[in-house]
Amino acid sequence: MKILVPVKRVVDANVKVRVKADNTNVDTANLKMALNPFCEIAVEEAVRLKEAGHATEIVVVSIGSKAVQEQMRTAMALGADRGIHVEADDELPALSIAKLLKAVQDKEQASLILLGKQSIDGDNNQTGQMLAALMDAPQATFASKVVVDGNALTVTREVDGGLQTLKLPLPAVVTTDLRLNEPRYAKLPDIMKAKKKPLDTLTVDALGVTLKAHQKLLSVNAPAARQAGIKVASVEELVEKLKNDAKVI
Amino acid sequence: MSILVLAEHDNSSLKLDSAKVVSAAAAIGGDVHVLVVGSQCDAVAKAAASLSGVSKVLLADNAVYSAHLADNIAKLVVELAGSYSHILAPASSMGKDTLPRVAALLDVAQLSEVVKVMDANTFVRPIYAGNALATVQSLDDKKVLTVRASAFDAVSEGGSAAIESVAVAITSTTAFVSQELSVSERPELGNAGIIVSGGRGMGSGENFALLEKLADKLGAAVGASRAAVDAGFVPNDLQVGQTGKIVAPNLYIAVGISGAIQHLAGMKDSKVIVAINKDPEAPIFQVADYALEADLFEAVPKLIDLL
Repeated sequence: MKILVPVKRVVDANVKVRVKADNTNVDTANLKMALNPFCEIAVEEAVRLKEAGHATEIVVVSIGSKAVQEQMRTAMALGADRGIHVEADDELPALSIAKLLKAVQDKEQASLILLGKQSIDGDNNQTGQMLAALMDAPQATFASKVVVDGNALTVTREVDGGLQTLKLPLPAVVTTDLRLNEPRYAKLPDIMKAKKKPLDTLTVDALGVTLKAHQKLLSVNAPAARQAGIKVASVEELVEKLKNDAKVI
Repeated sequence: MSILVLAEHDNSSLKLDSAKVVSAAAAIGGDVHVLVVGSQCDAVAKAAASLSGVSKVLLADNAVYSAHLADNIAKLVVELAGSYSHILAPASSMGKDTLPRVAALLDVAQLSEVVKVMDANTFVRPIYAGNALATVQSLDDKKVLTVRASAFDAVSEGGSAAIESVAVAITSTTAFVSQELSVSERPELGNAGIIVSGGRGMGSGENFALLEKLADKLGAAVGASRAAVDAGFVPNDLQVGQTGKIVAPNLYIAVGISGAIQHLAGMKDSKVIVAINKDPEAPIFQVADYALEADLFEAVPKLIDLL
């Protein structure tokens, strides 16, 4: 089967972002960018399915400015076979992304679409579900285990309170949770080889998708800072403070 | 203008999160209807009807909804969406799974994890692991939102809304196979007044017994950092953080947790934070109200004794 893996370029997970002085957005200029950690897990899972003989081709797709090609090459170094870059605005809402992915899927006819459960910048957790809705396909979100079972998938999901296992017919959409796998590192020869893998660029118009404005970002503010705390010298002092000052126990 | 709230429940009891989302709906203003979708969930509908501020409960009670699968429930919500301006659900695993499907079918964008209602069209939500708060205005005719329950107080009981049955049954293409839920006597993480959390510093799963003892003394829930979950000390549903549960208890005790950005995203709205760590440089001390620099294996037993 063919697997489509949408990936996103985001600010590196270890970087703490700051809000711009004029409160119009967060300041992402000159920050280290990376493949969204959940997308990395999705790429890894696709590669493992290929290694296990379940997948024949892995197509990675990313939507945004030309810069996203850097993260697509990373995904190819990890094992994706080719890439589709959809040139568009970097900050599209999840629904617009889902519509573009649907248009790509209409061309590619993949059996499985593997996405991260959320991007760590917008923290939306919507794209996979929206894509599944637009395809009228089944979905398994927050996957921690994926087993290919002929023409179906058995997926274990991380839900509030424990784990849930579902069986879904293909084509299906699966979004990855942290514990699905541990992504590998790209080796230097693979990074070199990835530069030669095919990467097509498409425009929104070429995909025949009309996007509309859904939301307006009015302002972005820093969260209220917590008041500086105090250091306590002993467990006795801690208990005394919690009982008498904070009155929480 | 009416607001539809998708109830969070397990077919037998209504979760407190639902009462918190009703409170967010009340802040938007308008008639609040609660939709209970499930199987044999009469008791849940009755509990929803007793929430104050709820004017009607819609009950879709059918075996096809027993496992709370996203595809058929989303279609049902869309069937009912005509008369509503807002559709809300808690940002729980159910809400996050289902509501984006609803939004896409309605061709509207969704706002996730709303923490504040400014007006009927404008909402505040955290981005970048809670390091920034975005104020967003929705331009869509229908607003679809998931609500961060920890940011709202639950509405009280005492209402008596009418319960109306919804006869629509939509089958799912997905089959439920099984589930494994963690069994705990302790309060639920999302609704606990006190949470005792452990990290990599706990060293092993056995050592978590120490935190459980402390939790029992305080009537607290037990949580964990990603490091503790990844190391296999505790199951993943105890994870507090950007990708786990978001909590805001009165007291959060972080034991052997360094305080990575992703963990802080899940607990920094707690009223009082206590950190017990032997590393004076641990970032957790920057958000702690009370910081105790000590070996947890000495400090925690002493704390248990003193309580």
